[in-house]
Amino acid sequence: MLIKLTGGKIYDPANKVSGQVRDIYVEDGKIVAPKPDARPDATYDLKGRVVMAGAIDPHTHIGGGKMTIARMLLPEDHRGDPVTRTRLTRAGSGRSVPSTHVTGYRYAEMGYTACFEPAMLPANARQAHMEMGDTPMVDKGAFAMLGSDDFFLRQLAAKADFEAIKDYVAWTMHAAQAIALKVVNPGGISAFKFNQRKLDLDEEHVYYHVTPRQIVVTLARALEELGVTHPLHIHGCNLGIPGNIESTLATVRAAEGLRIHMTHTQFLSYGTEGDRKFSSGAARLTELVSKSPNVSIDVGQVLFGQTCTASGDSMRQYAISKSAHPKKPVIMDIECDAGCGVVPMRYRDKSFVNAMQWVIGLETFLLFDDPWRIFLTTDHPNGAPFFFYPHLIRLLMDKPFRDDMLQKINPDAQAQSEILKSLTREYTLDEIAILTRAGPAKSLGLVDRGHLGVGAAGDITVYRDDPNREAMFATPEYVFKGGELVVKNGKVVKVVQGATHVVRPDYDKSIEKPLKDYFDRFHTLAMENFKLADEEIIRGDSGAIIVQPTGARVS
Amino acid sequence: MPSSDLRKSGDERASRELFEHVTSPFCGTLPDDLVVERTDSGLKVVGNGDAKSVAGFERKLPPSSPQLGGKDVSFDQAVKQAAKLLAKARQPLFGGLATDVEGMRAVLALADRTGGIVDHALSEAQYRNFKIMQSTGWIMSTLTETRNRADLFIIAGSDIHKLHPRFFERIVTPPDSMFDVEAPQRTVVFIGKGLDRAGAKGSRIGEVITLACPDAQAGDVVALLRARLRGFRVKPRKGDGVTLAKIDALAELCRNAKYGVVVWAPPALNFPFADLAVEQFTGLVSDLNLTTRFAGLSLGGAEGAITAAAVCGWQSGYPLRVSYATGAPDYDPYRWNIARILKEGEGDLLVWIASISPDFAPPATKLPTIVLGTPGLKLAGAPAVFIPVGTPGVDHAGRLVRVDNVVSLPLKDLGRSDLPAAAAVLSAIEAAL
Repeated sequence: MLIKLTGGKIYDPANKVSGQVRDIYVEDGKIVAPKPDARPDATYDLKGRVVMAGAIDPHTHIGGGKMTIARMLLPEDHRGDPVTRTRLTRAGSGRSVPSTHVTGYRYAEMGYTACFEPAMLPANARQAHMEMGDTPMVDKGAFAMLGSDDFFLRQLAAKADFEAIKDYVAWTMHAAQAIALKVVNPGGISAFKFNQRKLDLDEEHVYYHVTPRQIVVTLARALEELGVTHPLHIHGCNLGIPGNIESTLATVRAAEGLRIHMTHTQFLSYGTEGDRKFSSGAARLTELVSKSPNVSIDVGQVLFGQTCTASGDSMRQYAISKSAHPKKPVIMDIECDAGCGVVPMRYRDKSFVNAMQWVIGLETFLLFDDPWRIFLTTDHPNGAPFFFYPHLIRLLMDKPFRDDMLQKINPDAQAQSEILKSLTREYTLDEIAILTRAGPAKSLGLVDRGHLGVGAAGDITVYRDDPNREAMFATPEYVFKGGELVVKNGKVVKVVQGATHVVRPDYDKSIEKPLKDYFDRFHTLAMENFKLADEEIIRGDSGAIIVQPTGARVS
Repeated sequence: MPSSDLRKSGDERASRELFEHVTSPFCGTLPDDLVVERTDSGLKVVGNGDAKSVAGFERKLPPSSPQLGGKDVSFDQAVKQAAKLLAKARQPLFGGLATDVEGMRAVLALADRTGGIVDHALSEAQYRNFKIMQSTGWIMSTLTETRNRADLFIIAGSDIHKLHPRFFERIVTPPDSMFDVEAPQRTVVFIGKGLDRAGAKGSRIGEVITLACPDAQAGDVVALLRARLRGFRVKPRKGDGVTLAKIDALAELCRNAKYGVVVWAPPALNFPFADLAVEQFTGLVSDLNLTTRFAGLSLGGAEGAITAAAVCGWQSGYPLRVSYATGAPDYDPYRWNIARILKEGEGDLLVWIASISPDFAPPATKLPTIVLGTPGLKLAGAPAVFIPVGTPGVDHAGRLVRVDNVVSLPLKDLGRSDLPAAAAVLSAIEAAL
């Protein structure tokens, strides 16, 4: 099967193509060199259209226990957005925590072809993958969460051999079928179980006597030496607390040149200036990160409306429970592994705090000038549901539109938005293509995604070049997945399953000896049953596994 | 959908096989440390069995065949007839739902396709929890967390030892736990006079305290406890010896606990408005977290109930009691309660899945019924269609979600029979529509 996409303007920053008109040939699911003499099975005339690789969301909570808790918790979230079965697609529910099938359809209908769940508790990995298995249309992958799990904290407290820590990290990534590693409120989820309500970067965990700084540095170094492409994905200390910009900056400095990714920084860039002692730290963060080539970020933009926050950070989620809307937070301590907090949230443009969160996110986008080190996220559904992305893209690309929106927010927040008002930057299509495709693919080590060069997967999105960028990015004209047309005019026309991306860093199998002993003594399941077999994804979920390369392990 | 063959070939198996780390599908807490041996005479639990698991694994299956109205037919004929009945039905009910993740996926695919109503036979108990979670939220723990961390257990109005014979052994009194809860020893408080306290013994247990109220009044006692914790004056209870002094002593224990866990089992709270008792249990947890750490632990979840709610939750957005009649999932915990629907004579076809225990027969109904059941299922009469199916974790592999809604476990194919999985039969029916 050969298809030809002809006449479109190609935005492929990974291959330094910026709006040039070129033909793309896709054969058997992959982009191939031009075959001017061949007779394609199908030709798409894309004159005037914008062509990009399929979009990749590097941080979206789409699968795992906390999402299903959120789904069960919020029937009112779904009632207003029922999704009817069609000849092709399954029924389900939409809104801020959509059902699995609807999540897949809506991502694809927005031009996305891959989504990464950033907070998979190893103890919950089986369910996370089952849910992602029921999320069609897009490729999937998940980041295993470590750093508050007792096996690691015991290693760290006992000053275990660093190679053994690396073995454990790699073992966990195999066992949980992960592509990356995340740390959430480093050590803080565990500390909360010991009734600590706050854990600053250099504050000691009351039981293990280790600090978040040690945890971050150890895990970041472990990943670097294991050759894992995506650096440690860090949800820092003190999320949501005014003044947390200090610990966020300190965390960036703590890495001392180790590669790290600071996630949803909007929630972690709060100062204490102004009458209300709540201000933007975006300028300070972007200044430091600009000078730190080892660091990448994503924003976690807040957009207004009803959503639900869901996080592994039980300590901080408990603390914000009083702001829940509706008032029904769910908090869990989980399996000597991690925790979770599901707190429904309504962001209001007339609320000073919510409006400042909106401002801080936009400032972060607009002040940071290396698009390869910043990704477009709302931390779905924490800052806003993913279907707000087209709106967010317009805010970034359209200064007059942004100014109009700014007029509507809380007046005190407007008064505190001098920086945002002064920023005339409008993102280009090239930059959007980097933030939503090329950058995440490069950061996650997806060698054949996020670009349109020869050998890349035939994951391609075609947009009408509409000056209203929100309308343009909301409804792509065509989406191809693996070279097949799956979405036409913003509607699914073919359902595909999507694959699961993982990495398999090397480890010494002898780590299973202390692990088995640990499971036997303390756990309520066997180590053997903790591990997720390939077969469960391939056969159990009718999926496929793509192993992305890792570098050589070094010590 | 699983692509497993409808009938597995059993002939490659050794006649004798020993399985370790076997998960028991016969208990909601899914213990996975069983050792099971298969010989020519059947399965034998040779390690870590309890009465329920031994009975489940060692049960000999009677010979069984697909049947139409009690008469043996071929598998294909039965599937064809089931598809015919489903195609004709205007309001098919998908009940029972004692199956695994793969089975639930197939149920939901079929219900979505046929406009059916989906509800588990044990939903009534689960809804004692869901109603509270959906209105106030809650703070919960899991089995491993509790096993290692709890220094105070409050067993609230539920006979946990009877429902989960291995709970005390695995969670309350294990030889080892990670944090320093050895000294002071674990305190166990029973609220309810009818609760089996035999499990609360051994070197890990310090004090055992009983507040001997009627079991169904555990919620009232906890309400008093909450009031006293807040310093309110209350009227003392009469008649059951649960004095204010005892309640105040418990309040003191709660305040001083480092990690208290309130344990209940919704199926045990079998009285009207039991959700209000659950609200008191979760409210107590919530109150105490202002100063110390407390969490709830809800047990129950037999017959795949937790799994059914979880899969229905992620696929439809709602935890069971969903109707697909309009083409989109519609959620109504009152209307789409299949027990109510059957009692009031609504619906026109019942599809009943009972692949785990033989006691899980459908309630009496005049509706034509399609049963996908384990052989030996104690049916009152011959259903319109009967198709024997395997038990996940015994006759075929599968996965179940554990009672704490976090951990899910793989289930092994122990080769007891060649019976097909419910998922495979449901998919065959869907394909025949």
